[in-house]
Amino acid sequence: MNPHKNQDEGKLASRLLQEITALADSPMRLMEVCGTHTVAIFRSGIRSMLPSGVELISGPGCPVCVTPAGEIDRAIALSRREGMILATFGDLMRVPGSSSSLQEERATGKDIRVILSPLDAVKIAEENPDKTVCFFGVGFETTSPAIAAAVMEARRRGCANFSLLSSQRLIPPAMRALLSAGKVNIDGFILPGHVSVVIGKAPYCFLAEEFGLPGVITGFEPLDILEGIYLLLRQRKEGRTEIEIQYSRVVQEEGNPRARGIMGEVFAPVDARWRGLGTIPQSGLMLRDGFSQMDAAQAFDLPYEEIEEPPGCLCGEVLQGLVRPPECSLFGTRCTPEDPVGPCMVSTEGSCAAYYKYGRGDEG
Amino acid sequence: MCLGIPGKIVAITENQLAVVDFNGVRREVSLMLCPELEVGDYCLVHVGFAMQRLDPAEAQETMELLDQFLEASGESS
Repeated sequence: MNPHKNQDEGKLASRLLQEITALADSPMRLMEVCGTHTVAIFRSGIRSMLPSGVELISGPGCPVCVTPAGEIDRAIALSRREGMILATFGDLMRVPGSSSSLQEERATGKDIRVILSPLDAVKIAEENPDKTVCFFGVGFETTSPAIAAAVMEARRRGCANFSLLSSQRLIPPAMRALLSAGKVNIDGFILPGHVSVVIGKAPYCFLAEEFGLPGVITGFEPLDILEGIYLLLRQRKEGRTEIEIQYSRVVQEEGNPRARGIMGEVFAPVDARWRGLGTIPQSGLMLRDGFSQMDAAQAFDLPYEEIEEPPGCLCGEVLQGLVRPPECSLFGTRCTPEDPVGPCMVSTEGSCAAYYKYGRGDEG
Repeated sequence: MCLGIPGKIVAITENQLAVVDFNGVRREVSLMLCPELEVGDYCLVHVGFAMQRLDPAEAQETMELLDQFLEASGESS
């Protein structure tokens, strides 16, 4: 620990807050798209430090929250098949499907394994040649190159018993859909730092060019977020509308072309359903023809059933930034992290869970 | 879910696999998405894959630049 570093950071933070306050002479509504930002903002108490004119709104960037219940049901159906091992990320375990969750299925003896890396699923397939192993792969652009790499690795190692249930989603098409719907009122975007490590800056340029909205690709430390907000306010002050990179110590303007290359080799864009947002054109990823023998949805003939949201649940509106979690009548009463109704309360990165755990944080 | 953790590459084994040290905890990480990384490099790791090379000196520099900028704008306002 370097005590000077902490002192310097504290000094920098209060200076940034001074600048933000000076620039916030009229209201500015900023959407943080990414769930990891939502948690970082709540944990650091940034909302309560900001001047009243600057409002932060959580967006649709939590992969667990936007996975429709129908897709959870498909994973559950797979896990119930004889000789099946279902592997997935821990975040998915508690998300309710229409009548059960993966966690409940595991408790009744289904072989469902929580993995830290998509490569672990390939290893499980190799170690269990007499079983069928399906990886339920959920994630945004940050995670998709890793899922693509695991698919290639499974093929290289000749794992004929490995398959993928793809439930991946792309951020820029969702932002376009959100803005095209014209319901949410936003003045700028705090853009996701780690999605941008892969995609770089260019895929966001339509925000400025077509919708006249600024965006700043921002890191996850409290200082990063304050600087991101400051840069957005400074653009307004200087009459600029562009996409900037605050998180330049990690994000390159061109992203990671190799990661995108592998992703593009394995997956093709496809229309995808988002919980709360409906079907968004070209916002999901499916296996390309050369890899379709690994497509679990095809191999196991998994029909998709649309599941209605639980009565009273406003997760759909929360994900679009239209209502704040406490405005939902279930919030904190029938819906709590221990006994969640909607996905935004299940996921640790969901805005309902963050509001519940850290309080509103904006009473200020 | 898009968490990325910085670590330092301490060894590269066969087949684009590296051993990465995360503040004392060591884990195997794939270099498939960043094959140019070398022993001693810092990188951002997500779900077992190195995603990007990090430059710790640049992080410090960025902060110093911001400090200087705020200093200058504070004086002019």
